[in-house]
Amino acid sequence: MELSLQGVSHKVGAQQHLYPMDLRLAPNAVTVLLGATQAGKTTLMRLMAGLDRPSEGTVMVDGTDVTGWPVRQRDVAMVYQQFINYPSMTVRDNIASPLRLRPSSGPLDRDAIRRRVDELATKLHIEMHLDKLPAQLSGGQQQRVALARALAKQAPLMLLDEPLVNLDYKLREELREELGQLFAAGESTVVYATTEPAEALQLGGYTAVMDAGELLQYGPTAEVFHRPASLRVARAFSDPPMNLVIAQGLGDRLQLRPGVELALPGQGGVTVGVRANALRVSAQPGDLAIKGEVELAEISGSDTFVHARTEIGELVAQLTGVHDFELGAPLTLYLNAAHVHVFDAAGLLTRAPERRGGR
Amino acid sequence: MARIDLDLAHAYRPDPKEDSDYALLPLQMSFEDGGAYALLGPSGCGKTTMLNIVSGLLRPSHGTVKFDGRDVTTLTPQQRNIAQVFQFPVIYDTMTVAENLAFPLRNRGVPADRIKARVGRIAEMLELNGQLDQRASGLSADAKQKISLGRGLVREDVSAVLFDEPLTVIDPHLKWQLRRKLKQIHHELKLTLVYVTHDQVEALTFADRVVVMTRGRAVQVGTAGELFERPSHRFVGHFIGSPGMNFLPAMLDEHGALRVADQPVATGGVALDAALPRGTPFSLGIRPEYVAVDEVGDGVPPLPGSITGVVAQVQDIGTYWLLTARTGAHTLKARLPAQASPPPAGATVALRVLNPHTCFYGADERLIAASAATAGARQEDLA
Repeated sequence: MELSLQGVSHKVGAQQHLYPMDLRLAPNAVTVLLGATQAGKTTLMRLMAGLDRPSEGTVMVDGTDVTGWPVRQRDVAMVYQQFINYPSMTVRDNIASPLRLRPSSGPLDRDAIRRRVDELATKLHIEMHLDKLPAQLSGGQQQRVALARALAKQAPLMLLDEPLVNLDYKLREELREELGQLFAAGESTVVYATTEPAEALQLGGYTAVMDAGELLQYGPTAEVFHRPASLRVARAFSDPPMNLVIAQGLGDRLQLRPGVELALPGQGGVTVGVRANALRVSAQPGDLAIKGEVELAEISGSDTFVHARTEIGELVAQLTGVHDFELGAPLTLYLNAAHVHVFDAAGLLTRAPERRGGR
Repeated sequence: MARIDLDLAHAYRPDPKEDSDYALLPLQMSFEDGGAYALLGPSGCGKTTMLNIVSGLLRPSHGTVKFDGRDVTTLTPQQRNIAQVFQFPVIYDTMTVAENLAFPLRNRGVPADRIKARVGRIAEMLELNGQLDQRASGLSADAKQKISLGRGLVREDVSAVLFDEPLTVIDPHLKWQLRRKLKQIHHELKLTLVYVTHDQVEALTFADRVVVMTRGRAVQVGTAGELFERPSHRFVGHFIGSPGMNFLPAMLDEHGALRVADQPVATGGVALDAALPRGTPFSLGIRPEYVAVDEVGDGVPPLPGSITGVVAQVQDIGTYWLLTARTGAHTLKARLPAQASPPPAGATVALRVLNPHTCFYGADERLIAASAATAGARQEDLA
């Protein structure tokens, strides 16, 4: 399904919730709406679903103007943060409910419904719970039921509003992977709102970065991550935050502070953006050495995030694996000029690291 | 401050028979005097039960709790001299920040000058010294929780300070700063701290030693490095790290030849631990960070320590590549540096699963052995 928004905005009273935006969603793929709370993600989804009418602009579905069509007339499946199931129905009946109510194509016969429910339950690993009531399941299992029901609808447009936010991290990791695979099957156009950059990267597909009611950038997820068009995008799409250092362009080099320079061309005031994983604790030829001391090493298991106070300001370095650092210990971080982003005085990207790989 | 020894169990019924009859399975554990500990696990794992038993809010159905060798099993939190910090701020809105911090001391009749000095010190550590004379009611949730933390830490004579998910209400961007504060405070005050959380970053960052729990069982007590490098139970391998550890079926035949995921594997110089059983299946555990991937042609004999698989998916996770490979019915994930050029989906690859970081687990999910060459193995391989 092709959904496109043309000049769409949303105002409530005098308050502008969404500024005019054009967005043509990649059909039959997942688009992640990424932004902090209050960025306008839910507002935008409600316009897409037909729950609200845009103040201006048009919503087109497969070339038809559907602006103002109520949600009943759209073919949309939705999943919210809070798992919503019918409490008095078994898991099987919950998943089957959209199959019994199909205004467009008529209800399926009982065997077909049974087969479809079994198939979805197996995909989401809840096949052993089909005869239970939702209340007998854990939160993660209940959200799987809600997801299975949304998938059962086989709607050409699926909208998911932070569906994993209430689950613990290991479960989120598992469900993201399963959802990524389901979305990659290309049966629906999927819109998935999240505040977490890692979630967007794990789901892949396309990402629309939003901030304060504005659509900042739209494109393939990895491309937006590696080439954020502006400082605002870079800030919204990094976790840990991208290290941003004010620098002075001296023609053939960028001065981060007197004596600390990167061999990159530039003129006047610029901002150098350094992703946490571009900083290392072991030197390679041609590296810039940055001296500082450890403030804290945060350990996630697979990564250690070292917060350091350095001669060019506070920096966060991401190191793979578990590393021990004493608080206050001296630390030298190393950086290669080829691995930095540069933003001009207006905050627009002028240089991004070259990407290898991804054949 | 005290050393805390637990030798107990907590059952839901008077005559527990099965594991599921226990909220907390029988365990023996010690919290060293002045140590910082985290209890980590998914919801329902028993971590809060354990905390409540330590504090005295809950009396264990079996066994004893000792503080510095003294049996305190039947004593209340007050009698045990425990300070507690909860998920949500517990403060007096009508008092100033200074009065809130002073309250636990005043209550115990500490002299005024001592109170003043101690409140000043704690406020400084938590960066509350600019707000000491403000009423607590007008402060942000973050600041209120800082006061709660301060109230928990203000007494010097406590046996232990217990935290139950204290950073839940803190804005994600401020969390690291508070973690840092807590760590610094622990360094300076040397209090015995026990911290409950389901967040692995919080646990691994805050604690000297983390107790990983699942289904009422404490499956490992270790440093962040130990939990990552040598999970002593498969659950720890799975729970710590994103993605978690890969597990593949493995077996040694009577001649000592190794098979992994139904493929013969040449050990290539890595000596296997003598503790590995022969003729009984076990599983091989290897973290995605430690799987080396090499593209190979079809029909090329496997590389030492490797199994052959096909790349199913390559994901650009931004700061690294996540490669998913299949071999028969098994799936293996490998995490490659962002600067690497990963092989494309469909490529045949050698997946090196045998190296000093490899661990082996028995049918009971416990660590049997690690590759013998591990003695000097360290994290540097990753850098």
